[in-house]
Amino acid sequence: MSILTADKTKTEKDRWIHFTLDGKPVKAREGWTVLDTARENGVDIPTLCHHPAVEPSGACRMCVVEAREGSWSRVVVSCMYPPYEGVEILTDSPRVLNVRRWVLEMLLAKTPASTAIRALARQYGVESTRFKIEDPTEECILCGLCVRVCEEVVGVQALSFGGRGTTKHIATPYMIPNTACVACGACLMVCPTGAMQARFDRIRGDVSKRIGPSRTYVGGVR
Amino acid sequence: MTSVLTHEQLEALRVENREQLEALRAELIASMPQDQPQVRVCMGLCCLARGADRVAAAFRKAVTDKNLNIKIRPLIKETGCHGLCNQGPLVTLDPAGWFYTQVKPEDVAEIVQTGLVEGKPVDRLQYQENGTRYTRSDEIPFYKMQTRIVTRNLGLIDPLDIRDALRVGAYEAMAKALTQMTPDEVVKTVEDSGIRGRGGAGFPTGRKWRSAVQALSRRPGAAYIVCNGDEGDPATFMDRAIMEGDPHAVIEGLVIGAYAIGAHEAYLYVREEYPIAIHHLTTAMDQARVLGLIGENILGTGFDLEFQINRGAGAFVCGESTALFTSIEGRSGEPRAKYIRSVERGLWGRPTVLNNVETLANLPLIVKNGGAWYSAMGSPRNTGTKAFSVVGKVKNSGLIEVPMGIPLSKIVEDICGGVPGGEPFKAVQTGGASCGCVPYALKDVPVDYDSLAKVGAMMGSGGLIVLDKHDCMVDLSRFFLHFLEEESCGKCLPCRLGLKCMLDILDRFARGEGRVEDLDELVSLAQAVKDGALCALGGGAPNPLLASIRYFRDEFISHIADKKCPAGVCRDLVTTA
Repeated sequence: MSILTADKTKTEKDRWIHFTLDGKPVKAREGWTVLDTARENGVDIPTLCHHPAVEPSGACRMCVVEAREGSWSRVVVSCMYPPYEGVEILTDSPRVLNVRRWVLEMLLAKTPASTAIRALARQYGVESTRFKIEDPTEECILCGLCVRVCEEVVGVQALSFGGRGTTKHIATPYMIPNTACVACGACLMVCPTGAMQARFDRIRGDVSKRIGPSRTYVGGVR
Repeated sequence: MTSVLTHEQLEALRVENREQLEALRAELIASMPQDQPQVRVCMGLCCLARGADRVAAAFRKAVTDKNLNIKIRPLIKETGCHGLCNQGPLVTLDPAGWFYTQVKPEDVAEIVQTGLVEGKPVDRLQYQENGTRYTRSDEIPFYKMQTRIVTRNLGLIDPLDIRDALRVGAYEAMAKALTQMTPDEVVKTVEDSGIRGRGGAGFPTGRKWRSAVQALSRRPGAAYIVCNGDEGDPATFMDRAIMEGDPHAVIEGLVIGAYAIGAHEAYLYVREEYPIAIHHLTTAMDQARVLGLIGENILGTGFDLEFQINRGAGAFVCGESTALFTSIEGRSGEPRAKYIRSVERGLWGRPTVLNNVETLANLPLIVKNGGAWYSAMGSPRNTGTKAFSVVGKVKNSGLIEVPMGIPLSKIVEDICGGVPGGEPFKAVQTGGASCGCVPYALKDVPVDYDSLAKVGAMMGSGGLIVLDKHDCMVDLSRFFLHFLEEESCGKCLPCRLGLKCMLDILDRFARGEGRVEDLDELVSLAQAVKDGALCALGGGAPNPLLASIRYFRDEFISHIADKKCPAGVCRDLVTTA
């Protein structure tokens, strides 16, 4: 399920980790994240950049939860945070809701055309945005699911990120349609907002000119 | 500055074991008489920018003049940063120790004539303060009040000549560690010293090493030690000065660390914008390798350590440990969640220790003198000394080193002479773009990790920017946010979107378009970015703003409600009377 399970011993794989989720006692296997455990227990935590087919990225921050132990607490992303024995996880604390609401309000300005974002924002009481809208047609939240699925599952790396920071965008080499693309549609499937539909023609090159055999490339970890 | 040693000369110095190293050291010290005349020209960046290279060239020409009437020709030595940066170009004449400031090439003839021929100092080039003229630098309050440990060799040695480094003790501690200490004893020494990461996070170095050793024992195989030379905070240049001026201290620190944790590959990640540091480190490594001090079977002990320098490519975010590792791995520099520590899985998923330049450069003396020697300095849980770059509204700006726990006022007012004109400073911005500020009202706060954190300032990597009444806190917050917005890697939403949104609100304040409700909303957004960001770039970005609002709320209200900028900085709010 994640890189954490890679080299644990058998006894470690069999043990349970007991912690609480919104006050409710739950247990997780070694290697489960807080999000995995939440889904096992029917607790809903929103996500945007998470997908079971690929490694978690921790980019969208929607799945934030608060991890507490006594007077110590920390806001972490549940899609990657490994629970430990006795930790208190809160999925809707004020700090957590503050992060989600501001991120959603900023997304309403950045990706105003996305109905998925609008619906999620409404769930958290965010109906409008005070921030300036640059491109009213934008839907891409740069979650990176398309990049990750093409790299980890399909293995051809037909697209990636270009630029840094506020100029980050989905890119192909030289920004021209890439003949490495196998037109499988995986990126279209995993896109949480449907933004890939508008972009796909800029990524898929002439499939009849597809270059080379595909290369399985797992995550970048040797 | 070109290397003064040929390959053949270096090969002749090669040592195969500790005894030979110490014999070489004794020989090198003996061959340099105590009263050897020297002219040490500071080639730190500030002096260089003011023409220090031309001053050095003028000296070289002057002392080779056959008409020069002196018994012994002095050595002209180009050194690292002397520290009193705003008085450069700086020159010191040995053995008398005469210290000259603001030296121009045209002054060289007089210095040579008066100093070397007639044996007298040149009065007009001496440092003056409050009517007193100082002949030697160690008499000047700026230097006298410092405790120069990690910066002790800066200005003394030629960084491009390993013989100079050997004369002042380079690799002695490394030899001690490799031949008479176990790796565990080395870790224990660093634990006892109490030294905390000098890059800003202040994590206890010994504890980091201990975790790495434990991680490696759970998963045997490769481990790595990495030097973080990506010093990127505005107004910080301590690491640059150390890499440029005493590169062997960094290299020696890496060998000591590698030996302690069981690594056989060392990486130095140096930002692209420090070409001189890269050149000096590369030359130092090459010279050390020929001498047998790094590489295979160091000093015949069987310990191997290979070195590689990786250059950055202009990304501040690559100073963040996990982003730095992805950069070394050849990928785009982007941090990842650090729930699994780098000492468990770092470079290529293996146990990795990342240490800052200043932390590493301290290790030779810690190993030589013992952990207790280091922990005797500074204050409890904040041991040792720290190098700071003090800039801004002070009489003397530059590179200093003081014991941890020294009151901030002592640094700003006593060592650096206070604000020109004598009025109190307004605030001191500590630690660059990700930390807060200390207002004048708290000027006696001890400068250490814990005390500064309590007042919301944080020490950071060591930059201290002194501000006076002509500096606007709203404008300062905008400056830092803009810097971080440009440097954001763009992976996570709170940072990529949040910094820009915070900046938009602040820009409205500066234009007189703010509303009072905006301030509380800004604080709420800042908290969301602080809590939600993936790494310390985004997480720390709100800090200057939050500290400024905490201590200078009235100034923000003045911009918003009165449409006035008290410091007279925000152009749209400054009206001509």
